[in-house]
Amino acid sequence: MTSDMTDPYAGERPKLSPFHPRLEALNIRDAWGVWNGYKFADRYYDAEYEYFCVRNTCGTYDICPMQKYDIRGRDAERMLNRMVTRDVTKLGLDRVMYTVWCTDEGRVIDDGTIFRLADDRFQLNCGSPCVAWFEKSAYGFDDVTVTDVSDDIAALSLQGPTSCTVLKNMGLDGIDTLKPFHIARFPFHGETLTVTRTGFTGDLGYELWIDRSLALDLWDEVYAAGENYGIQPYGEAATNMARLEAGFIMPAMDFNEALKTVHFEHDHSPFELGLDWLVDFKKPHFSGRVALLKEKQRGPRYTLTKLDIEGNKPAPAAIIYDSEACRKDVGYVTSAMWSPAVKANIAMAMIKTEFLKGELWAEIYYYKDQRPYRRMALSTIKSKPFWVHARARATPPPDF
Amino acid sequence: MKRYDAIVIGAGHNGLTNAAYLAKAGLDVVVLEKNDYIGGASVSRELYEGWTYSNCSYVCSMMRQALHRDLDLGRHGLILVPYISTIVFGDGDDRLIAYHDEQAAYLELKRHSSHDADAMHRFQADLTRYAQLIRKTLLRTPPDPVSMRPRDIRELLYLAKQFWSLGEKEIYEYVRFFTLSAVDFLDDYFENDLVKAAMASPGIIGTAVGVCSPGSSYILLHHVMGDVDGTIGAWGLPRGGMGAISNAIASALQEYGGEIRTNAGVQRVLVKNRKAVGVVLENGDELQSRIVVSNLDARRTFTRIMEKEDLPDGIYEKAKNFKIRGSSGKVNLALSGMPKFTSLPDNHYVNKGAQAFTGSLATMERAFDCWKRGRWSDEPFVESIIPSAWDPTVAPPGCHWMSNFVQYCPPQLADGPWTPEKRDRFGQTVIDRIEKYSPGFRDLILHMEIRTPHELEEEIGLTEGNIFQGELTVDQLFFNRPFPGYGQYRMPVKNLYMCGSSTHPGGGVSSACGANAAREILMDLRRPNTVPEDDFYDE
Repeated sequence: MTSDMTDPYAGERPKLSPFHPRLEALNIRDAWGVWNGYKFADRYYDAEYEYFCVRNTCGTYDICPMQKYDIRGRDAERMLNRMVTRDVTKLGLDRVMYTVWCTDEGRVIDDGTIFRLADDRFQLNCGSPCVAWFEKSAYGFDDVTVTDVSDDIAALSLQGPTSCTVLKNMGLDGIDTLKPFHIARFPFHGETLTVTRTGFTGDLGYELWIDRSLALDLWDEVYAAGENYGIQPYGEAATNMARLEAGFIMPAMDFNEALKTVHFEHDHSPFELGLDWLVDFKKPHFSGRVALLKEKQRGPRYTLTKLDIEGNKPAPAAIIYDSEACRKDVGYVTSAMWSPAVKANIAMAMIKTEFLKGELWAEIYYYKDQRPYRRMALSTIKSKPFWVHARARATPPPDF
Repeated sequence: MKRYDAIVIGAGHNGLTNAAYLAKAGLDVVVLEKNDYIGGASVSRELYEGWTYSNCSYVCSMMRQALHRDLDLGRHGLILVPYISTIVFGDGDDRLIAYHDEQAAYLELKRHSSHDADAMHRFQADLTRYAQLIRKTLLRTPPDPVSMRPRDIRELLYLAKQFWSLGEKEIYEYVRFFTLSAVDFLDDYFENDLVKAAMASPGIIGTAVGVCSPGSSYILLHHVMGDVDGTIGAWGLPRGGMGAISNAIASALQEYGGEIRTNAGVQRVLVKNRKAVGVVLENGDELQSRIVVSNLDARRTFTRIMEKEDLPDGIYEKAKNFKIRGSSGKVNLALSGMPKFTSLPDNHYVNKGAQAFTGSLATMERAFDCWKRGRWSDEPFVESIIPSAWDPTVAPPGCHWMSNFVQYCPPQLADGPWTPEKRDRFGQTVIDRIEKYSPGFRDLILHMEIRTPHELEEEIGLTEGNIFQGELTVDQLFFNRPFPGYGQYRMPVKNLYMCGSSTHPGGGVSSACGANAAREILMDLRRPNTVPEDDFYDE
């Protein structure tokens, strides 16, 4: 590690993940981006190749840059319950809950997962730093501390049809009985390896959590166990493909974080994001409750909608109209791709709710030899995820 | 006695596709298969415990994604994984690696010839242009060029418009292209023999022509015009082997209410008053139907399961003269480990890709000379892939199965008929060929399935073992396929149709022949069309 004295640019270079020595060797394309200050692979070899590893064999995704918070104390449960939209008192020990948290106006700040590690101890994981909001949310609670443990825990997502077999092969006895959204622990080099059956691909998959000092040992054991099972690191590009097929939303793409939103109502409520099922009005008061109750009665102005678009030209950033003649613009595409598994031109789009019943036309721009062309494509609303597979929910899962 | 709406003969992927679209339209359909398994040449079978071979066809690029999507084959268990990279082995130690990354591929070409590395850009642009035009015809019924019916005239005008959009120079070039040999075509671009050999080898696959024979340039195009998810020229491996394609289509067919009968070989198509009215099975059972669809090749349809007296004049002769010469073999191997090839780095991305044991243009041409003389070359062209390096479902962990396609292998030998001993000698020749580049390869072999044209014909009913159900030469393409005047899936006997690779757009696991035939049948039966249009526009 170079110090500030020998490397005058050290202060603005990205941080390196605990897995970096392995990632660097495998990033043949040198295709890096940055996530939360960490050097982070967009792809290692080829985005589509990596996507297919997730759907066909298995892949690992470095989630060290993800934010992880240790929230503990006698009041931790009450504090979280006051903050998030779901009922945290219903979250059992060693279980995982997906939830969102909102402003008082009922707009989504971020989404993430909460692990209940003990009665008075939780781990919250989310895409962007959020400690200021968490501390604000802890005001008035006597016994709760929020600690950013992002740099202490190394985390690796292992996703794909052979992922369970790889972990079994690694010696994690009983891993095949771990149910979705459950947590298990295994001894590992004198420490504890925490395994959650979670992920962001819609496929069978696990996330592995270990003290950062053991990151490379974990990597090496996972890769040794996965050698004959098609293991491959995958980056942001492949993740984005898999998650869109599964119908999962991506911050800063499908929604804008409320606390970073400049323009009025360019952020979103959980109802607009199709996350009605996360909002629990039966539990005691929580941030945004009043606004959300009102919105529930009047209905969301926008609805994040899954679209199957005719043709095969993906529609990133397309404006959606009510007619082929573009009489009225009624929304915009937030994410789009060609789905290799479904063989469909899929997208998520934020559509004004009142126009959902009419025709939806995407205005697509595509290129031939650098010349742009425009095409209007009729779009059909899909109510279910574009891609689902029974193995993602099966316990025990199939071997491959 | 029950009367079906449609009987489809042969449960290959085109027969199943045809039946699926007929069943989707509400017809009462049965598919009759002579074997006790379905799939025809798109089949996966376990012949050695733990190993699932794609016994015949082994990779896929022509499957119409519009059909894949429309039949919801993903839900029926199909996923097509594109594989990347090919290593081309030259006669000596020379190797040409077709890297997946464009820049890396360029540098590798440059290692052989700076000229050819640059020329590759023009080659790819020209080939893409040719491919894009042909691709537009795959899910369309060819027009009858001498008919004055409005739909034929409309279709001819559509084609003329596509052609015209190429520009004058390219129209001349395109017409010329169809008559060229692969070597003549490539000579205009490249200077290095291994580069030319690598590019020429798709021009001989499955066809009794040499790299220097006129027409081989089109066959080259036929092998690069497919795509996986829009990447033209890419090839995919179905998870679970090629049988996964047939099985998924069969599952869709059954969901639409269609029926599949195995062990139900057809002995004869029943014709009454010049109309097909049903079939007689080999066991003597008689089945009646409004229409009969043959997924068998043209030779087999008209000379094996039909009576000459049921056919109009000249058809029997056309079928007899239909060019369907066997020229390919296949060796499927169960391996105890991953083969290692000399003078190659341990780049697992590349080593998982395909291997082409090509040699040189001269080696390939010599192999064709051997075929002409009724024997096989000591140095055949072998195109191999190890699907288990990609697919966790087809071999035990750490073990592999290797598909080896061999060009050429004669249907009849100069020294008498094929025997098991000769077949095994042929297999050993192929193993020797690989062993030359991978010392110790032989020791990895746990089981082998060797298939000459003889086995291909006996097992799956391809005449002479021709993998395309008829050669892909210009005289047998488009509206000439299978015969001039019969390019629209309707056959000379009323209510008889063909839906296999003997029809447009020809060989390859595309499902297009079956779907196109279904569209024509539904039109004749005045049923609404269930077959989608191709989903690409304006490539």
